[in-house]
Amino acid sequence: MSRKFTWFNATALTLGFAFLYIPMIVLVVYSFNESKLVTVWAGFSTKWYGELFRNQAFLDAAWVTLKVAVMSSTLATVLGTMAAYVLVRAGRFHGRTLFSGMIYAPLVMPEVITGLSLLLLFISLNIPRGVFTIVLAHTTFSMCYVSVVVSSRLASFDRSLEEAALDLGCTPFDAFRSVTLPVIAPAVISGWLLAFTLSLDDLVIASFTSGPSSTTLPIKIFSAVRLGVSPEINALSTIMIAIVTVGVITASLMSKRALVKRQRDEQRAFQQ
Amino acid sequence: MRRFTLIAVPYLWLLALFLVPFGIVFKISLSDAALAIPPYTPTLDLSEGWAGIKALFAELDFDNFVWLTQDDLYWRAYLSSLQIALFSTLGCLLVGFPIAYGMANASESWRPTLMMLVILPFWTSFLIRVYAWIGILSTEGLLNQFLMTIGIISEPLQILNTNKAVYIGIIYTYLPFMILPIYASLERIDGSLLEAAEDLGCSRLQAFWLITVPLARPGVIAGSFLVFIPTIGEFVIPSLLGGSRTLMIGKVLWEEFFSNRDWPVASAVAVVLLLILVIPIVLFQRNEQKQREAEQ
Amino acid sequence: MAQVAPRPVFEPWNEPAAKPLIQFQNVTKRFGEFTAIDNLSLDIYEREFFALLGPSGCGKTTMMRMLGGFETPTEGKILLGGQDIAPVPPNKRPVNMMFQSYALFPHLTVYDNIAFGLKRSDMPKSEIAGRVEEMLKLTRLGKFAGRKPHQISGGQRQRVALARALAKAPKLLLLDEPLGALDKKLRTETQFELMDIQERTGTTFVIVTHDQEEAMTVASRIAVMNDGLLVQVDTPGRIYETPNSTYVADFIGDVNIIEGTAQPAGEGAYTVAWAEGQPALSVQSATELGAGDRCFFAIRPEKVAISAEKPADRPNAVQGKILDIAYLGNISTYHVELPGGVIIKAQTANDRRISRRSFTWEDSVWLSWTATAGVLLAN
Repeated sequence: MSRKFTWFNATALTLGFAFLYIPMIVLVVYSFNESKLVTVWAGFSTKWYGELFRNQAFLDAAWVTLKVAVMSSTLATVLGTMAAYVLVRAGRFHGRTLFSGMIYAPLVMPEVITGLSLLLLFISLNIPRGVFTIVLAHTTFSMCYVSVVVSSRLASFDRSLEEAALDLGCTPFDAFRSVTLPVIAPAVISGWLLAFTLSLDDLVIASFTSGPSSTTLPIKIFSAVRLGVSPEINALSTIMIAIVTVGVITASLMSKRALVKRQRDEQRAFQQ
Repeated sequence: MRRFTLIAVPYLWLLALFLVPFGIVFKISLSDAALAIPPYTPTLDLSEGWAGIKALFAELDFDNFVWLTQDDLYWRAYLSSLQIALFSTLGCLLVGFPIAYGMANASESWRPTLMMLVILPFWTSFLIRVYAWIGILSTEGLLNQFLMTIGIISEPLQILNTNKAVYIGIIYTYLPFMILPIYASLERIDGSLLEAAEDLGCSRLQAFWLITVPLARPGVIAGSFLVFIPTIGEFVIPSLLGGSRTLMIGKVLWEEFFSNRDWPVASAVAVVLLLILVIPIVLFQRNEQKQREAEQ
Repeated sequence: MAQVAPRPVFEPWNEPAAKPLIQFQNVTKRFGEFTAIDNLSLDIYEREFFALLGPSGCGKTTMMRMLGGFETPTEGKILLGGQDIAPVPPNKRPVNMMFQSYALFPHLTVYDNIAFGLKRSDMPKSEIAGRVEEMLKLTRLGKFAGRKPHQISGGQRQRVALARALAKAPKLLLLDEPLGALDKKLRTETQFELMDIQERTGTTFVIVTHDQEEAMTVASRIAVMNDGLLVQVDTPGRIYETPNSTYVADFIGDVNIIEGTAQPAGEGAYTVAWAEGQPALSVQSATELGAGDRCFFAIRPEKVAISAEKPADRPNAVQGKILDIAYLGNISTYHVELPGGVIIKAQTANDRRISRRSFTWEDSVWLSWTATAGVLLAN
């Protein structure tokens, strides 16, 4: 694009980002409100954070959510990477079309349908619902996201690197471990992070597949929010927003630093 | 052998946890509701062998689908879902295009930061972002307080629990899906194309309509589908921001299942929803395919 | 390096009465701290094929973009037909540009690309089709009118860009590295095509290029630029034969440069002392130099003769040893090292078969040239 930054661009960006961020800023600000009424400012206080940390139900739900997220995202990363490898590298095999269809379909599937279908499966197989079933459900839809992220990286990966490794005496597994994996590692990591956030975030599928003893945080928040706004939820939201913000900023700073370092190294190599 | 394992593991996983469940949904959509556990008949009794399977098929019918056409709740819900999805997609486009355009015109050093600012909300909990609007849109909420203070209105507006709030919520949460593909296609436009257009006698505005807009089209189409498709089945936004009169099919399905415990009807609703979604999904895939081919 | 003179009589820059089409008057352009064009004045005449030549970053593209209206001068004036064009936006200038990337609109067909400018002009709709056909014919693109830019070859794209820029019959056509994206063979063909079209349409062309051969081939005059300054503006022949500085001599073609001290020897003649124990060179030169001035003797390799025996009839002859031979088919270049360590390149045409080539590595040979074969330069 031509770099003609006009007042129109500036206005569009200012208004656009105001729209994106004001609601979240309001949420954060009112988490420090003294009053129980979220819409009336009554002075600064951190008491809702205290309340939050004394609320055993929330803490339990957070723990369940974290367990589910770690397990499902790890499992999804393994399965999703395998699926990506199959999509990009395995060539033709029976049922390839069906396979790639099953990888892409969950990305556009309404959550209510995915949730409903998995629940009906668990019931007809008589599997008791709990952490285990949520993990299965989350793994299934997030592995598809992982495989999309990883396969786009794999597709741009120079095949001759692997061939060179094989030529130098690696077994196919060795070649994957020592050549392919380090190259696609950034994609695998962002796939894991994506799967992790999707799992943390999911309300609908978890509602269908959880049991009475396995309430996740989104389910808890949803039922609390349905009753109206509460400053405790604001406090909880603030903590979650803070974690994500720190995470995203750290990640982008790290990738920027890696890029700058790489450019500097290349420049240096060029000058020599 | 290794290749076989590599293919088999994810394949079987998806078969068992994605495809088979759909088969079950389809089967139950053909069953009848019953006061039993599970709450539908017939159920498959494998102890009777082949006869059991035959008995099962004999009892399946399309009654639930007929029922969906008879009770106007359902088709009104489908239509209203489509309408809400369509209008909020347009809304997203109107809000998102100028932002993407501004980003693409910003200096190279600013763009990664702007990009991060668009992606950041995407990593933040969906539920929380929807929740944030409750406090803003309610009758005693910040928007009404603000508008009354500056004197535009004297009575608080009823926005929360109406379709207006649903539109705002959808536009807000799905905006990054619209911005990113449009930005990607705008950013790819070679600046010399616009200079060439000016050189050949276009004004800035003409160059925008004749060059920028047509070249941004693939991004606009992709973004629109990315908003439209998931919005149709949306549940969280209508149930938190919408009112009792907000009809969306995701919410109907949820209530049919959890409140009415009518599993066969819920399944039939899901099957029809899937059939409706097939059209935009196929169109979307075709657009993506065309894009990929054009790039080669 | 043969120069194809467009027309022997066409030399408006030598006619005092001729009015220039474009005048740069003390133009300076700064981008922040960086000065891209430094107080530059230049006249370009109607029907000229004018080349701006220089390495990247020398300011040649900035000159062109100022003519197109995409940059405005920080100081000074640019006149087009006597009028200051600073306040005229690009879309109102009778100037069209052919972009380096071609900038063909990817969503429009070849036909619509060419018609694009005409549709924005006040040309009646009925005449547009005729004009586009004319352009398609001129550039031999008739068969491809219905195709999109990505469905045609690089050379065809180049011609579409040319047709599109010419369609509005501009007073001035700007060409930014027009052949840069083509391979060598196609480039040479296209150069002649460009000259042909320029002559047929009678449009003034200003071309920006970093390729000296291209500039030599197509241009009526060349401006050699460096660091935002004009180093020399002249016809290709004069730039090649009488460069005004070592920069120009080195930039255009291959050259041997020998540093030495000048000693006037009457009527434009000089002797140049250049190394201990070597005879001074005798040179005829237009450059005014005083006794004992430092100077540079520049001579083209093809003007240096190579022989086994010392030639009797040449005023300048030095002996050396062959270091390297580059065989290029039609010619061979010999790198000959003189006793002081100076390496001189000598070129001979291979009018005999390779088997009968007379010199080989390590041979001791004589290099010789006439007094008028090279030039003396002060810097």
